[in-house]
Amino acid sequence: MNPAETTTTQLGQPNATAILFFLIFVGITLAITYWAARKTKTTSEFFAAGGGVSAAQNGFALAGDYMSAASFLGIAGLVATSGFDGLIYSVGWLVGWPVVTFLIAEPLRNLGKYTFADVVAYRLKQTPVRLSAAVGTLTVVSFYLIAQMVGAGNLIHLLFGLSYETAVIIVGAVMILYVLFGGMIATTWVQIVKAVLLLAGATGLAGMVLAKFGFSPLRLFNEAATQYGAEVLAPGKLVNNPLEAISLGVALMFGTAGLPHILMRFYTVPDAKAARSSVFYATGLIGYFYLVTFILGFGASVLVGRQAITGVDKGGNMAAPMLAEVVGGTGFLGFISAVAFATILAVVAGLTLSGAAALSHDLWSSVVRKGQAPEAEQLKVARLASLFLGVLAIILGVAFKGQNVAFMVGLAFAIAASANFPALLLSMAWKKFTTYGAVASMLTGAFSSVLFIFLSPTVQVDLLGNPEALFPLRNPGVITIPLAFIVGAVVSLLFPEHESAARFAEVKHRMHVGAPKPAPAAAPVASTPGSGLPHPAATGSEAKA
Amino acid sequence: MSTNPNEEALEALAAARWRVAGVLTVSTLVAYLGFILLVAFNKPLMGQQITPGLSVGILLGALVIVTAWALTGIYMLWANGKYDRALHQLRGGK
Repeated sequence: MNPAETTTTQLGQPNATAILFFLIFVGITLAITYWAARKTKTTSEFFAAGGGVSAAQNGFALAGDYMSAASFLGIAGLVATSGFDGLIYSVGWLVGWPVVTFLIAEPLRNLGKYTFADVVAYRLKQTPVRLSAAVGTLTVVSFYLIAQMVGAGNLIHLLFGLSYETAVIIVGAVMILYVLFGGMIATTWVQIVKAVLLLAGATGLAGMVLAKFGFSPLRLFNEAATQYGAEVLAPGKLVNNPLEAISLGVALMFGTAGLPHILMRFYTVPDAKAARSSVFYATGLIGYFYLVTFILGFGASVLVGRQAITGVDKGGNMAAPMLAEVVGGTGFLGFISAVAFATILAVVAGLTLSGAAALSHDLWSSVVRKGQAPEAEQLKVARLASLFLGVLAIILGVAFKGQNVAFMVGLAFAIAASANFPALLLSMAWKKFTTYGAVASMLTGAFSSVLFIFLSPTVQVDLLGNPEALFPLRNPGVITIPLAFIVGAVVSLLFPEHESAARFAEVKHRMHVGAPKPAPAAAPVASTPGSGLPHPAATGSEAKA
Repeated sequence: MSTNPNEEALEALAAARWRVAGVLTVSTLVAYLGFILLVAFNKPLMGQQITPGLSVGILLGALVIVTAWALTGIYMLWANGKYDRALHQLRGGK
């Protein structure tokens, strides 16, 4: 079975099927948005879909938020061009999910309202904590957005034959429509539709590939080994420095538990039980998807051929679409292309919504208006923030044209793991955690991870062309995550805060039982939105009024 | 917060949850870091084929993914069953 070295591909030509499928997807999702817009009248509906999403729905939506085009096309491409090493990424990207289930999902659901800052700020001083949490959230969202938008531009250029700028503007504009009018209800359904399409597309593609090998993945792997040597089944150059690998690993593991758009999804379900079940569904779906992607990668290397793949795109990112063309023709190529485009759209919508929540809920409603903003005003600010972020995403996408931004996803994970995760965990589990400690931990995590990445070989050597980098690791997680924990703990111990310790019992109670004591007013809180929180877990009818 | 027996029982239940969560988190970490360290330090072993097409590395990688999912499932079963029942009783079994 010789790879078709002379494959003539339709990639890069305007593809009628792709555009048709994409228009159908956008049409359906905009209809959902129209439906959702009429249901989105309160901030709870805008940010948390009114808490009315079921565990299974949220599981699909979580998977939709997480399975980016980068993991679909990137991992398949990596497997196609270098074999086994792609599996290391699949594993790394999955292992954060159990941590989310065990440590984060339920307490977050019980303690918070719209953002993870609700949880950190629960027993601490609102203004400083929310300001620093917003720094972390907005940094993570910006880097992730840039990576997605630039990815979208390049991808669409290759897949559909549209120009880079056109692609970025289409992605930005449609995403703005979803978020602006449909809020979390629409965004959730866009994620679900996208997750189903992506899983179905990948499964169908894998099925067509495996049909050529008697439905035995092992025969496929063996064929790859025959063609490219047994080393495709063994680890290659990706992990040569164990410290580097561990650093990337911990950033991926704990970064997932700090990604604002993932954390935000736990407020859309009615109670803690649904929160934990939804992560179980999501973990299964994502794990399955990564295993399928692994098969697609080997399928592409055998059926399309490495030379043909790298001929179209040096990074190998077109392996999966080219495979679709080889096994299913131009029509199937169009379908997979449209799915990839839809994938980016959905991820970007989720990110924008979480950024808008940080801007309007954490900064405007809690810090500027001290929790006194009326509902209508909060909604207006939330929509303005979404519009602002959408336009910003388009501008950034165009501004970063042609840049290598792959490292930005790693950066987003490292910042999420260092800035958000330690403060979140400490605020839930440690009685002596204080406002100063939280602020110090979040800011240390955010700034140290950005600084170390700037000093790393990725930026210094690859991007700036310097011969050497000051900081040897490409991912700083192994240094910056412990650093954020230590700084948070030391500062808390240096500046004890009696009020925070006194309120810990209340946190603990609510974290497990869900509903707070009937009269939380006993605590002399600086009028936190926390004190006026609806009581979700008990009834699940949060703010339905 | 008054310390009534209910509060103490909740205390104990909360501690149990953190313990289970901690053990499972460490198990996930061990499985994953073990895989990565094998990849880093024993590439020949990982490249060895058990049957044609299936190397130790591929098997272990897939196993880590399945293990991660299974651990999540174990936690969910424990929490949806034992933990929720105890919590329900503490709340006064509404």
